[in-house]
Amino acid sequence: MHEFLAQLANGVELGAIYALIALGYTLVYGILELINFAHGDVYTFGSFVALGILVGLRAAGALHGAGLILGIAAALIAAILASALLNAGIERLAYRRLRKAPRLAPLITAIGVSFMLENLIELWQGSAPVPFPNVIPNPQLQIGALEVGVQQIVVVALAIVTMIALHFFVQRSKLGKAMRAVAQDRDAASLVGINVDRTIAMTFLIAGALAGVAGFVGGVSFGSAWFLNGFGAGLRAFTAAVLGGIGNIAGAMLGGFLIGMLESFSTWLIGGQWSNVAVFSVLILVLVFRPSGLLGETLPEKV
Amino acid sequence: MSALLEVRALDVRYGGIVALRGIDLRVDEGEIVALLGANGAGKTTTLRAISGLLPIRSGEVVFDGSNLRKRSPDAIARLGIGHVPEGRRIFTRMTVRENLELGGFAIASQREAATRIDDALAIFPRLRERIEQRAGTLSGGEQQMLAIGRALIARPRLLLLDEPSLGLAPLVVKQIFEVLRDIHARGTTIVLVEQNARAALALADRGYVLRNGEIARDDTAAALAEDPAVVAAYLGGE
Ligand SMILES: Nc1ncnc2c1ncn2[C@@H]1O[C@H](COP(=O)(O)OP(=O)(O)OP(=O)(O)O)[C@@H](O)[C@H]1O
Ligand SMILES: [Mg+2]
Repeated sequence: MHEFLAQLANGVELGAIYALIALGYTLVYGILELINFAHGDVYTFGSFVALGILVGLRAAGALHGAGLILGIAAALIAAILASALLNAGIERLAYRRLRKAPRLAPLITAIGVSFMLENLIELWQGSAPVPFPNVIPNPQLQIGALEVGVQQIVVVALAIVTMIALHFFVQRSKLGKAMRAVAQDRDAASLVGINVDRTIAMTFLIAGALAGVAGFVGGVSFGSAWFLNGFGAGLRAFTAAVLGGIGNIAGAMLGGFLIGMLESFSTWLIGGQWSNVAVFSVLILVLVFRPSGLLGETLPEKV
Repeated sequence: MSALLEVRALDVRYGGIVALRGIDLRVDEGEIVALLGANGAGKTTTLRAISGLLPIRSGEVVFDGSNLRKRSPDAIARLGIGHVPEGRRIFTRMTVRENLELGGFAIASQREAATRIDDALAIFPRLRERIEQRAGTLSGGEQQMLAIGRALIARPRLLLLDEPSLGLAPLVVKQIFEVLRDIHARGTTIVLVEQNARAALALADRGYVLRNGEIARDDTAAALAEDPAVVAAYLGGE
């Protein structure tokens, strides 16, 4: 029972990170029908930017008392901005000019951008994992039979607050409505006066910002950053997005948590070397038996 | 009268296929102009080129003194051209309210947008009853009302309508045409593409007949309605 609860907490923590990344895949897919393979690397970049800020501030001796809170906030915000701008930059330079090209062209380009980012990050940070500064105090709390770290709670809380904010933004704000309109019918959206290019750019900005949050919490949670982190985490998050129904925001969140659980419990029950098999079997099963995912649209719209 | 819209020598192609060849159109402020023609004649292409959804290969589209060539569709919409597209193209996964709100996307003031949504709902009371319903679950007639309502929120000076009566029951068609008459009476200039040529010519001041991407005829609506060739081709033998 004790171990079960620990795995559950672990699954939620992993799931929160995958959900944040999955949202980026799903937002971009929803609006462009493009699988942004570079998205995982945008997450890696966010991680390293947060890491760099924390290392710098620690070296300057600024991470004490109130400075610690400010430093953590600065690292988080820097990761958000860096990932957001990187993702929007990729869209502007690589994908926008391919808007009218056959669908394979942007897809191949995305894979190319991913390789490029991985190599650039490796050049910048080396090929070995870099330890993430252990700055968030992590006393263990005992809640009934459940033992969780404060860090775990912070990570999950941050992810959930971000997702709630995203939900309200997309449902209620003018830009959120424009994003949904462009995702549904680009021509009709432009006929009501929505600037489609700008809306797509904003979508990449927001997807990147979510990857930045994930980069920060992922670094804290895994305790390191590595130039290839985004590849594995990206694939899992992509699986999560497909499981939930690609293009569907609630689906990405649900899929993220389910994949996090699956990884956590499969590692516990059948061993870490098998957890990849479990996760990617899910991807294949979903693609074969329910390509629209758990929450995706299955009924055709009335015309 | 001054020309609100002027199309000169408009050429549009799809890849290598010529869809419009040297189209000239003129729409004066306050007019209703019908655009007739058989399937594939180029009616939809004409409207989409005016709205900026299709690139203009050569020729000019001038609206109220501004050249629309190379302008994006959203910029053209904000200049005052509304377009109710073929197939309605409402946002089916959003509610009726959200569709109308999007119609007012370019309006800065929330209050002003709300007033205009109220005005549109006064024209289409059926939509008020279904305001929180997903637009994709509306009937065909209601969807068409929503498509028109959405375009009206921006208060366009020129409204382009692409076959608003397609697939609707005669009673609903009659209702839609009454609404168009009403919209026109409040000062909106209209370009109407219709299969239902008889109804369109009854409403319009003038008409153009497109054939294979070219203007085959233009005349007053009354003259077109009595022309034996037009009657035979587009008005049927009823
Ligand atoms: N996306 C496209 N790609 C290639 N050709 C097209 C495309 N859209 C239209 N066409 C061609 O352009 C010509 C004009 O089409 P358009 O849709 O403008 O006709 P229309 O007058 O609106 O016909 P309908 O009454 O059937 O709606 C047709 O020959 C059509 O096949
Ligand atoms: Mg047509």
